[in-house]
Amino acid sequence: MTINEKQDEIIENFELFDDPLDKTQYIIDLGKKLSSIDDRYKTDEYLIKGCQSRVWLYAERKGNQLYFYGDGEPEAQIAKGLISMLIEVLSGHTPEEIANSDLYFIEKVGMRNLVTSRRAGGLNSMIQKMKQYGALYSQLPA
Amino acid sequence: MGVSNLDIKTIRGQFPVLDQKINGKPLVYFDNAATTQKPKQVINALIDYYQGYNANIHRGIHTLAERATSAFEETRAAIARFINAPSSDEVIFTYGTTDSINLVAQTFGRSSIGKGDEIIISTMEHHSNIVPWQMLCETNGCTLKIIPVSDEGELDMAGFEKLLSDRTRLVSIPHASNALGTVNPIKQIIRKAHAAGAKVLIDGAQGAAHLELDVKDLDVDFYAFSLHKMYGPTGMGILFGKRELLEAIPPYRGGGEMIREVTFEKTIYNDIPYKFEAGTPNIADVVAAKAAVEFIESIGKEALAAYENSLLNYATEVLSSIEGLQIVGQAKEKVSVVSFIMEGIHHQDLAVILDQQGIAVRTGHHCTQPLMQRFNISGTTRASFAVYNTIEEIDILKTGVERAVKMLR
Repeated sequence: MTINEKQDEIIENFELFDDPLDKTQYIIDLGKKLSSIDDRYKTDEYLIKGCQSRVWLYAERKGNQLYFYGDGEPEAQIAKGLISMLIEVLSGHTPEEIANSDLYFIEKVGMRNLVTSRRAGGLNSMIQKMKQYGALYSQLPA
Repeated sequence: MGVSNLDIKTIRGQFPVLDQKINGKPLVYFDNAATTQKPKQVINALIDYYQGYNANIHRGIHTLAERATSAFEETRAAIARFINAPSSDEVIFTYGTTDSINLVAQTFGRSSIGKGDEIIISTMEHHSNIVPWQMLCETNGCTLKIIPVSDEGELDMAGFEKLLSDRTRLVSIPHASNALGTVNPIKQIIRKAHAAGAKVLIDGAQGAAHLELDVKDLDVDFYAFSLHKMYGPTGMGILFGKRELLEAIPPYRGGGEMIREVTFEKTIYNDIPYKFEAGTPNIADVVAAKAAVEFIESIGKEALAAYENSLLNYATEVLSSIEGLQIVGQAKEKVSVVSFIMEGIHHQDLAVILDQQGIAVRTGHHCTQPLMQRFNISGTTRASFAVYNTIEEIDILKTGVERAVKMLR
C-alpha cells in the first residue's frame, strides 16, 4: 500500500466512530500493541523532543525502504498510540516518499483535536523526526 | 449566610462561560486554581469602561479622565477594605502575583538584602516565589534557605525555626499551596519571623479568593495576589505593603506617574502607591476588579470558604474511593484543591480523556518542580474548585476518571 492508501484506510476506520472517546480508545489500543524496542535505543539520541512524555524513535534502511521503530514510557499510552499510527503510515516506504509525504489523515481523523495543544507539539515533533530521517537517507547512497 | 443558604444555581447563572458544551458534554470547569471564570458584573464593568469612560488617568482635567481616575481609585479603596489594609496608599497595582513578588525582590530585596543575608522560602513554592529570589541572590550575594515539607504536604515548622536566624532578612511563603492545597500557618510564621527580625512576604495567589484575609491582624509586611484567581480580570494583581516599608524602599520602574518632579539633574519620586506605578496602568482591568471584590463580598468570605470546603471534602472522599488513585497533599487544612496521581497512568493521558468528557483539570508540575521532586513524581492531575462548582460536577469527575482508567488499563 502507498502512504496515501494507508492514510485513507485509517480515515475509513475512524469514520466508524462518532464519539471522540472511541477514537481515543482506538489510539490507546494501537499504543498497547506497539512492540517494545531494545533499551539501547531508549536514549536521548532517539528521544523525540517536545513530547510531554518520553517517546523514542529510530529508523533502519532495508534495501530502498526505511523502517521505523518506536516506543514510549509504559504510562504514555496516547503518545505511544500516535507514534504507532505514524509508523503504520510511513514505515516501509522510500526515504523520498517519507520526506515528501503529505500527512492529511491527521486532520481528517481529528487527531489534533485528540491531543492538547501542548501535546500537538509532540505530535509535530514525531512527524518532523520521521521526515528528517527520510530526508537524511534520501541523501545517502542505498 | 450558611452553606445551605448559598444559591449555587443563581451564582452559576452569573457566569456566562459555564453555560456551554465541550466535546458535546456540559463544561465542568475544575481549573480554578489556575484562573477562575468571570461573573457578568466583571465583564460588564469592562464593557462599561471602554464604552463609557475610557481615558488615561490622574493627569487629565476632562470629564472622562475624572471618571476613569475615580473608578480606578475606587478599586484601590475596595481592595484595601477587602484585605483590611490600614490605608489604600498601601495597595499597589501590579500585573499579578508574580509581578508583585518581583517588585519586592527588586526594591526591598535589592536595597535591604545583601551578602551573607538569608531568605527563607519552602519546598512547596510556585516557581514565581523561587526564581525572583534566585535572581536576587545572584546579584546581591544572599542565600536561599528552604523549609522542608512533610509527606502530608505540610510545612515542617520545626525545620522553619531551625532556619530562622539573625541572618534571615525575609521569609517568603505561600498562604496556600497551588499544587497541594495546603494552607500554611502564616500568622505563626509571621510572628516567629518578626521575633527574629525578619520581614515576611506572603504569596497569596491561592489564598486571597478562598481564605480570610486581614493584613492588619496578620501584621504581614507584604502580601501579593492576583485578581484573575478571584473572579476578576487577568493582567492585574496587588501588592500590599506596610507604609513605612514602602516609603523607605526605592522605586522599581521609572517613568510617568511615579515622579513628582523631573529635571536632568535629579528626579523627586511621587508618594506611595504611585511611586511603584510607572506608566499608564492596566486601567480597564483595575476598574473591573472592583466588581470581582464586590462579588466575593456579596457571598461573604465565610460562606464561600465553607461551601468550597464541602466540595473539597466530597471530592476527597469520592476520588479516594477509586482504586489506584492517590491524593498528593493531605494536609489537615486545605483550600479547595485536590491533586492526585493514578497508578500506571500518565496524567496527560488522563487529562485528554477528561477533556473529551468536558472536564477541565490541570496536569503537570503546576510550576512547582522542586515540590514534585520532593514527592518523586513528574506531575499530578489537579481539580480545583470555585463557588460555582457543584457536588454533581464532582460526581461527573469521578465517572470521568473511572472511564479513563478503564480505557487506559
